[in-house]
Amino acid sequence: MTRHAAFTTNAQGQAPRGAALPVARPMEVESGDRAPHSPKAGAHVQIEALSHRYRGMSGNCLDDINVTVPSGQVMALVGRSGCGKSTLLHLISGLMQPAQGGVYIDGNRVNAASPRWVVMFQAPSLFPWMSVAQNAALGLRFARRVSEIPERVPALLEMVGLSAYADRNVQDLSGGQQQRVALARSLATQPELLLLDEPFSALDAFTRRALQQDVRRIAKELGLTVVLVTHDITEAAIMADRALIMAPDPGRIVTDTMLDPGPERHRDSPAFEAERARLAHLFETTA
Amino acid sequence: MTDAAYTPDDAVLTEADKARAAALKAMARNLGISMLGLGILGALWAFGGWLITQSDGMRAFGQLAPGPTLERLWDMIQRGEIWPMSAPSLARVGWGLAIAIAVGVPMGILIGRIGWLRDLCNAPFQLLRMISPLSWMPIAVMAFATWDGAIIFLIAVAAVWPILFATAAGVRRIDPAWLKVSRNLGAKPVHLLVYVILPAIAQDILTGIRLALGIAWVVLVPAEYLGVSSGLGYAINDARDSLDYSRLGATVLVIGVIGYALDTLCMLAIKRFSWLRSDT
Repeated sequence: MTRHAAFTTNAQGQAPRGAALPVARPMEVESGDRAPHSPKAGAHVQIEALSHRYRGMSGNCLDDINVTVPSGQVMALVGRSGCGKSTLLHLISGLMQPAQGGVYIDGNRVNAASPRWVVMFQAPSLFPWMSVAQNAALGLRFARRVSEIPERVPALLEMVGLSAYADRNVQDLSGGQQQRVALARSLATQPELLLLDEPFSALDAFTRRALQQDVRRIAKELGLTVVLVTHDITEAAIMADRALIMAPDPGRIVTDTMLDPGPERHRDSPAFEAERARLAHLFETTA
Repeated sequence: MTDAAYTPDDAVLTEADKARAAALKAMARNLGISMLGLGILGALWAFGGWLITQSDGMRAFGQLAPGPTLERLWDMIQRGEIWPMSAPSLARVGWGLAIAIAVGVPMGILIGRIGWLRDLCNAPFQLLRMISPLSWMPIAVMAFATWDGAIIFLIAVAAVWPILFATAAGVRRIDPAWLKVSRNLGAKPVHLLVYVILPAIAQDILTGIRLALGIAWVVLVPAEYLGVSSGLGYAINDARDSLDYSRLGATVLVIGVIGYALDTLCMLAIKRFSWLRSDT
């Protein structure tokens, strides 16, 4: 079995609360191992002729979806409620199986959930009988990589800015802090693909903004491929390299566009505002 | 450091002291109320004993009053009779509960998780649950080679239902998102059981065990009227047959005290395994 390297944080590790998270970088990898989070580690996702219908429903909820997500890309699935974007995310994750067509990650068909591609849901769904560190370590425990816990979990908690909370019960944390624990838990098994199912929609505006920037930065640092489901145009513009706009009845992709909101992705910059407006216009005219 | 620098620490200390004093006050109040409740019970007991002694036909039972009973209890404690009397009963309840837990918890988890099994078992289990455990007595006597076996069976039959139903209800209340998140992180069924289901329902299981213990302790005494020559039920029967009413009263008191102690242990365990933050 391949041993994976631990995360380390850089010298900016002591960022004040509310500021950007410390930037993480992959550690040196033992000889012979592939760096799991080197910039080329993200999964290549291929969705081929995928259609899906829920049992008892007359029509397809997703119809003939064909998408390729290259390694390391952050892609947003944007659409109104009921357009099937969350269903598509569940199908990519293997938590559900499509009626027709298939999802292929690095050329292998997805038949089941795997710690190599993990979903972050809207609710953090942490386990209230565990501490922050125990929650973060869960994926490693399930993968029988318990020996990695003492090294990796502190590094993960440092990466999401919660080192000081390691031994606290998760019920003592705010909503934003809980979602950061969920992020650490998702990243513990060093996935190649992070699937985000509106994970910030229950948070207040300030916390949401901080997490949007932090998650994108972490994903880019780790070279992860990310699929983000959102109904928030601004969120898509802040986080994604590319946006797919979906329309309902049946759920289908109507627009596929690359995003270029400027190098800083700063929401006050003219470039960002122009790109956001373009995406909003595309959404209004096609979705 | 200046004096001013100490002010926040002093304030914190004062707050901590206040909190400690409030906690002590609450504890003293609870203890006081408990003692008052026991005092009222003792007064009612004494009044009942006095009434008995006033009645010509009942005077023989006057030994059941607090005075003679407590005197006899002290005598029994000094002679070391309490443990030999209680140990066989505790062992029978322990075995009966262990069997009820071994059957009730896995069955409760299965029923909580599998819809068709729940529907299949609902009618037969409700029917069996409503049968008084003591009505199994003749069958138990025939089916088991030893009296101990029959008594343990009766206790297990009485105790299994609260454990099974509390477990199943706990499993049904588990947040489905916890299971989805776990599967997503690569959990196998055994991981779901050990890291999610059992911790999530620990409190429900212990609540079921607490209820079961109460029922088992109640069933124990009549069950020990069966052919055994040990245990608290036998001791009561024996005291009645020998018209030794102070000994009978003392044994009843021992049953109450042990039952109360076991219930308190269960409550402490429930508190220990509770993960809900209701008071913080």
